[in-house]
Amino acid sequence: MTSSVAISIRNLHKSFGPKHVLKGINLDVATNESLVILGGSGSGKSVLLKSILGLIEPDEGEILIDGQNSLNMSRSDREDLMAKFGMLFQGGALFDSLPVWENVSFRHLIVDSMARGEAKQLAIQTLAKVGLSDDVADLSPSELSGGMQKRVGLARAIVSKPSIIFFDEPTTGLDPIMADVINDLIRGSVSDLGATALSITHDMASARKISDRVAMLYHGEIIWQGPSSQMENSGNAYVDQFVHGRAEGPIAMPVLKG
Amino acid sequence: MEPLRRLGEATLALFTAVGRLSLFAASGIFHIFKPPFRGKIVLHQMVEVGFYSLPVVGLTAIFTGMVLALQSYTGFARFSAESAIPQVVVVSITRELGPVLAGLMVAGRVGAAMAAEIGTMRVTEQLDALKTLSTNPMSFLVAPRLLAGLITLPLLVAVADVIGVMGGYLVSIYKLGFNPATYLHNTMQFLEVQDVVSGLVKASAFGFIVTLLGCYHGYHSKGGAQGVGQATTNAVVTASILILCSNYLITELFFSR
Repeated sequence: MTSSVAISIRNLHKSFGPKHVLKGINLDVATNESLVILGGSGSGKSVLLKSILGLIEPDEGEILIDGQNSLNMSRSDREDLMAKFGMLFQGGALFDSLPVWENVSFRHLIVDSMARGEAKQLAIQTLAKVGLSDDVADLSPSELSGGMQKRVGLARAIVSKPSIIFFDEPTTGLDPIMADVINDLIRGSVSDLGATALSITHDMASARKISDRVAMLYHGEIIWQGPSSQMENSGNAYVDQFVHGRAEGPIAMPVLKG
Repeated sequence: MEPLRRLGEATLALFTAVGRLSLFAASGIFHIFKPPFRGKIVLHQMVEVGFYSLPVVGLTAIFTGMVLALQSYTGFARFSAESAIPQVVVVSITRELGPVLAGLMVAGRVGAAMAAEIGTMRVTEQLDALKTLSTNPMSFLVAPRLLAGLITLPLLVAVADVIGVMGGYLVSIYKLGFNPATYLHNTMQFLEVQDVVSGLVKASAFGFIVTLLGCYHGYHSKGGAQGVGQATTNAVVTASILILCSNYLITELFFSR
């Protein structure tokens, strides 16, 4: 294994009851690369992401993070490994009971026991990086719009300067302009930090903007991967149908015709 | 064979649920003793569980004490045993009614709120977010609530005992015409340390049960708003049943000869 691979997934399987969701995934994400995993609803994208993050335990396979198998780690080693990660959740997953600045500096306050004043300053600086002013810091997450919540989530993901950042459907539920703003912020934050990024999305505009490389997940298997520049002319009928958003093609939607 | 199969399924489901709850409780207790200690969160939860439950528990206690005195008087008058009212009130309140009624009221108020809060955190991925921020939800959410329940319910019940006895006193003095000094003398003379201690031990157990089931059902909720609603209902119902069952077991432990 070369040191230029940040995440390496080998023969990953996961089933829920009779449903085989991941069927032997093999995937590498190079250091400083931004990989986007495309796939429709129910294709296994979220399960794959949550498996890498350790939120779901796979049935079989290996997940190597910087060469270390994360599936064999003790709970405390895994908590230490999490310090390398930043994660932007689809719905933001901000803590309702805490003001915005405590959400952003949560890890520093709770895990690193940073002084509150220092943590608040850090949060305000990071909020500025995602285009939010300091008067947002004391608001509750419920007082923010969807776009602002995504930005706070992004601030929380980047505040501790992680080396690997995960984005789960970063533009879902946003209008096209705000989605583009978030895409720009993601691209900017990842390049500023020199981080590796792994995103899952079905938003093609987002995938085009934030990816260096793209992988397509279909029925629990990676059916194509390549540079994002080749995505439009992949030569794969499944990818073509998905990328161009056609109803007709090999990917059949379970729609009843009356 | 079909009824047998269903019986087997139900039995297995019951044992699975008991096993999961036991493992959850063991993990929660383990994290109470494992650093980092979350003193501020425990204090916050103690205020939520104890201080904000005072009005509802106090009202329950005072009316229970008042009704107890009144009912005992009308019943005992049939065989001229009215003088036993102070003893009946104080023993009933400290041993049984104080802890059980406080436990049930707190199950409705606090257990439901905990299940709804943690359940919402589950369905909005906040629990997952905690893990990605190197924070174990058992240590951050569950252990402080269990500890707060263990400590706070006895304090709440001690207050409820005093208020309940006062309710009986007020009715006995101002409605039934008892002599205040004699009433208090009889109350204190008959009361034993074990009566109060058994009630406080029960309270601690009930505090643990209420917070455990609130956290457990919230933690394992799924399926959006409906799942959170179901978790809240389950938390209150299972906590209430377990309070009544454990009440018998603890009484047996203290008072069986």
